[in-house]
Amino acid sequence: MNFLERSTKRPSYWRVWLTFARNSLVREMSFRANFLITLATRLLWFCSMMIFFKVVFLKTRQINGWGEYEYFAFMATGMIINSLIETFFMANCTNFSEQIRTGNLDFALLKPIDAQFLISLEKIEWSVLSNLLFAGGLLFFSLHKLGIHFGITEMLVYLGFIGVGVSVFYSIMLVLTSASVWMGRNRGLHEFWFYVTVFSRYPRNIYQGSLGLPIYYLLSYCIPILLVVSIPAESLANRKVYDPHLAIVFICTSLACLFISRLIFNYALTSYRSASS
Amino acid sequence: MITRIRVHWTILRISIEERLIYRADFALGTLLRFMPIVTTILLWQAIFNGVSPTSDSSKETTIDSYRFSDMVSYYLLVMLGRAFSSMPGLASGIAQDVRDGTIKKYLVQPIDLLGFLFWSRVAHKLIYYLVAAGPFAIMFILCHSFLPGWPDAGTLIGAIVALILGFIIGFLFEATVGLISFWFLEVSSLLFIVMMLNYFLSGHMFPLDLLPGPIRSVILFLPFQYLAYFPAKVLLGQLTPSELFQGLVVQVLWVIGLFFLARFLFSRGVRRYSAFGG
Repeated sequence: MNFLERSTKRPSYWRVWLTFARNSLVREMSFRANFLITLATRLLWFCSMMIFFKVVFLKTRQINGWGEYEYFAFMATGMIINSLIETFFMANCTNFSEQIRTGNLDFALLKPIDAQFLISLEKIEWSVLSNLLFAGGLLFFSLHKLGIHFGITEMLVYLGFIGVGVSVFYSIMLVLTSASVWMGRNRGLHEFWFYVTVFSRYPRNIYQGSLGLPIYYLLSYCIPILLVVSIPAESLANRKVYDPHLAIVFICTSLACLFISRLIFNYALTSYRSASS
Repeated sequence: MITRIRVHWTILRISIEERLIYRADFALGTLLRFMPIVTTILLWQAIFNGVSPTSDSSKETTIDSYRFSDMVSYYLLVMLGRAFSSMPGLASGIAQDVRDGTIKKYLVQPIDLLGFLFWSRVAHKLIYYLVAAGPFAIMFILCHSFLPGWPDAGTLIGAIVALILGFIIGFLFEATVGLISFWFLEVSSLLFIVMMLNYFLSGHMFPLDLLPGPIRSVILFLPFQYLAYFPAKVLLGQLTPSELFQGLVVQVLWVIGLFFLARFLFSRGVRRYSAFGG
């Protein structure tokens, strides 16, 4: 095969992704101390969250229809979604704003592969994935305490909703990162992210009253941040507040989010003026 | 002496100008910082609704002496404390400079890294208060029915001192964390986790005195409470004068301790440093 033929061939995205995965693993293994620190401190954070709600549930029996173990299942779901986001996308998005600032984005745009694919998936933080173990443990413990028995179908529905939730978060993150093209620098993406996800941290049905309801409608039907964790958690652990109508809204809006975020990302790239070259 | 003041003044001025270049980033950041308070108010509303009312129905529901309004005030005042003590980007900036070798500009020029960063933080904060005064005023006016009213002069002075010391502790702590990058080049995830831990241990997440005894005493022993919990308690008027005074003394001790720790780490780190990036 000569060079021309090879270069016009469509790249195999799956194989490229596997290479990303392998490179990231090698990279992380060379910073082993960091890997261990991540593991240990994750556990600490996990404990502090547990302590907070343990304290709350010492004072009250339920929060708007969520008892202690239902709530822990909710928390576990939130952690699963967040650790997937952090593992696969967070580092890339942080890197993106840095690439814009330094002008290194030129090199990414020159490669014969979809820019969004390359930019948002290049680095994988495998160590964060260890969080899934804690979260999974907490989830099964809570389900056991609640006496909930589930089959393959319930699990598949739950995992499907998790996938939908991850895609919503991914879209929002992509839009936030794209914004750095216009803002010049976006160093605090981690911090921004913290403030955006704060809305998904508590069950959707605490958003009540004159203050809560506008947020509820906006963040359920337009940008479904409130549903990201609530819908999967309700579908598995809290059937009495689960609403199938909202689940459909969730799936539809997530598709819209993916589509719109791609548009915004591509539009942002057209406004990119290479720096320092 | 005069030269030093002039150096600091120049750093301050440059940093203020630099801050103003990135004002969109900055304004958005300020705005976003107010979002969590809304969810927190709603969460506590739901929690207070779930607490079974006391037998005496004329009394308001309380959780460990906190009424709902106290709880909301607590979070608002914690925001004020964090406005002084949070140092976004400080540790990651140091880590970045160590990794790509930029830090050597401090080693070859007669400018001290920690001094430079400190004065540019002061500038950052001054601009921040300018931008944030509006949102803060709006938030406090909107929520004035929850707030306990103005504290007396003594408490107010104590609170201002506590906030300023909180700023210094926040700076020294973040700088210390950043200096760890001399030993571990890749610290991004550590920084993220420190931020989250800080959120819990400083009392940003919830008032630390809700914790059961032993855990509470351990956490109150750490410097983090002075970044948010302590100033908020002072402003809520929940501390006696002697508790306030004692707290301020411990804060000063932490400032001294962290100052020497940061200096020590820096001098050790520089010795290890191998000037990456040519």
